[in-house]
Amino acid sequence: MAEERLKIEVKNLNFYYGNVLALKNINLTFMDKFVTAIIGPSGCGKSTFLRTLNRMHELYPDQRVEGEALLEGQNIFLLDAMELRSRIGMVFQRPNPFSKSIFENVAFGPRIRGEKSMSVLSGIVEDSLKKAGLWDEVKDKLKESAYALSGGQQQRLCIARALAVNPEVLLFDEPTSALDPIATAKIEELIVQLKKIVTIIIVTHNMQQAARISDNTIFMMLGEIIETGPTDKIFTTPKEKLTEDYITGRFG
Amino acid sequence: MSLFDDQLKTLMGKILEMGGLVEVAIRDSVRSLVDRDSNIAEEVIKRDHIINALDVEIDEEAIKLIARMQPKGGDLRFITTAMKITTDLERMGDMCVNIANRALEINREPILKPYIDIPRMREITQGMTRDALDAFMNKDQKLATDVIMRDDEVDDLKYGIVEELLSLMMLDPSKIMRGMRIIFIAQYLERIADHAVNIAEMVIYLVAGKIIRHTKYPEE
Amino acid sequence: MTNMIRSLFKRPGDSIMVSLTFIATLIILAILGVILGTITIIGAPNVTIDFLIKSPEAGMTEGGIFPAILGTTLLVIIMSIMGLPIGLITAVFLHEYAGEKSRLANIVRFAVNNLAGVPAIVYGIFGLSFFIFFVGAQIDNIFYGGSLKWGKPALIWASATMALLTLPVVIVSVEEALRTVTQDEREAAYALGATHWEVVYRVVIPKALGGILTGGILAVSRGAGEVAPVLFTGAAYFLPELPKSLSDQFMEMGYHIFVMSTQSHDVDATKPIQFATTLVLLLLTFSLNFVAVLLRRRIRITRR
Repeated sequence: MAEERLKIEVKNLNFYYGNVLALKNINLTFMDKFVTAIIGPSGCGKSTFLRTLNRMHELYPDQRVEGEALLEGQNIFLLDAMELRSRIGMVFQRPNPFSKSIFENVAFGPRIRGEKSMSVLSGIVEDSLKKAGLWDEVKDKLKESAYALSGGQQQRLCIARALAVNPEVLLFDEPTSALDPIATAKIEELIVQLKKIVTIIIVTHNMQQAARISDNTIFMMLGEIIETGPTDKIFTTPKEKLTEDYITGRFG
Repeated sequence: MSLFDDQLKTLMGKILEMGGLVEVAIRDSVRSLVDRDSNIAEEVIKRDHIINALDVEIDEEAIKLIARMQPKGGDLRFITTAMKITTDLERMGDMCVNIANRALEINREPILKPYIDIPRMREITQGMTRDALDAFMNKDQKLATDVIMRDDEVDDLKYGIVEELLSLMMLDPSKIMRGMRIIFIAQYLERIADHAVNIAEMVIYLVAGKIIRHTKYPEE
Repeated sequence: MTNMIRSLFKRPGDSIMVSLTFIATLIILAILGVILGTITIIGAPNVTIDFLIKSPEAGMTEGGIFPAILGTTLLVIIMSIMGLPIGLITAVFLHEYAGEKSRLANIVRFAVNNLAGVPAIVYGIFGLSFFIFFVGAQIDNIFYGGSLKWGKPALIWASATMALLTLPVVIVSVEEALRTVTQDEREAAYALGATHWEVVYRVVIPKALGGILTGGILAVSRGAGEVAPVLFTGAAYFLPELPKSLSDQFMEMGYHIFVMSTQSHDVDATKPIQFATTLVLLLLTFSLNFVAVLLRRRIRITRR
């Protein structure tokens, strides 16, 4: 395992939907080049929390956040949102490629950052697709529509698209919930490989997935952190009764 | 999943390491007796904690793998088998410590008789242990069956030793203490062979999914 | 197909409803068939190359309808140039920029919905009084010393009026097209660091382009079939010459049919030409609709 270094530190974070307090006093740390999984029952706020880290909540006027989240010591909420989102990328629940060619999907990020040289773009596209383990499958059809790919390939394309802007952190919001088991296994393997180059935070309702791929696990319930720790510990000897009940499926 | 396969391989490697240590312990403990070299016996006793530590480590690793990977089918049988095998190996290690302790005691006294059958037992037992682990590593049902068959030889040797020593002890009660110690050693070696048989039985379970413990003879 | 119909009748309680809707559908098809059939049978023999490229002759009882075809085409093009960008921008504003609670957006939507319900002739009157008597007359006063140049029915005013008429169609259909771009795709672009404008310009509009074009074509075909708005604002009964500038009057197909069937001194003599003109007009609007359907299908294919 890599040397432990703090990447993101969340301090006293509260989150509101309108007047409803959805996240209560969240304090967390995320280690550099680790895979950290956030698990918990539906509606526990895990996706909400993830989206605050690259400020996606700001797209919706009734969502509001209080407190701090520090990326390498800089407060995320005070950075330029566009710059922040290129440092902290995101992969979503359903594969959401643009209705463009495979090439243009990956080139989107660099293009909006002003990259015009085709040779540079080609290099980035190839590199990103390789990192996402998709290059061999698509290298002969880069000009074809991204919709021609299978669901699992589309999701890996979305990962390549996110990697194309060289993020430091990648957020995964239940990235395999729309995929079949084989495509899921591929994405999981990919995530484990990617932690060599990026810090990964993954929200999943699939506990087994968290158990398989993460180094650290965070268990949330009703907008609060119940327990955090190394995944080995959480899944074999959790400290909290609630965690034990959740991971053993004894909720109710 | 390749990631899982890697971890299974690591687990296998640790078991083989532990098995190797046990083999060495069997060899050395008997050698300390035959060569009347107490230093070797001390070594065997000192090294036992490594075997014990590996037992704990492999169990923890296996529990983690079960918790994290939710193994199914052959993977599940492999991991549960691994956990049971380490228990047997750990017991074998303890038997070697016992042999070493008896050897220390015997070595302090005058020699009773040349050892002929004990080294023979040692050889078979050590071979059974090695083959049981090889069968486990290669998922070799045939080799495992062979290990189980060899157990009778060890039993026969033990009875031979016991009978021989009993007659010696009846003739000269001053030899009872030394004779008993050697009988114990034969008993320990026989126990070690039984553990090797356990391992072999578990290999058959691992490969065929069939539990053949507590049945008389394994079917091919 | 027969299986489907049989299964429709399976449940006795449903059979009355199914029969009713089936009959209603048949009636509609029959009406359409009769209309199209009559027009085609009587009109088709008269649609010749000459008919398409010649001017009307002998009080419209002979010759072709080229000036009307040209006039309608010009009207539609200029109308599109004026109306589509405004409609597009409005729709983008309404759907992409104005929030759900925006008062301005709600006022605009209210206005658009009401515009859509205004009868076509009212547009005609409005065009006459606003574009011609006000805008045109003011231009004449200021730039031409009061001499009559823009303050009369003209191609540009008819096009402007028509643009107004089609605006609601454009706005509604473009909004519909923008709605098909999912929030997922928008978020994907935002998550890559795109600004609001980059999301609209690089993701939403390209994705919705097919739908936007379809909306535009539907609006155009709607405009091509209307007569009332151009009645007072630019269409002429008969012109010996083709329009040379935006300030000229022009002939228009719909209006031409209207004139031939009501104003001609020999209505019966113009009948074959009436039907032929109607057929050409129908073919024009149908083909525009057809293009729209093709576009929509292509988009559906690329989307999945």
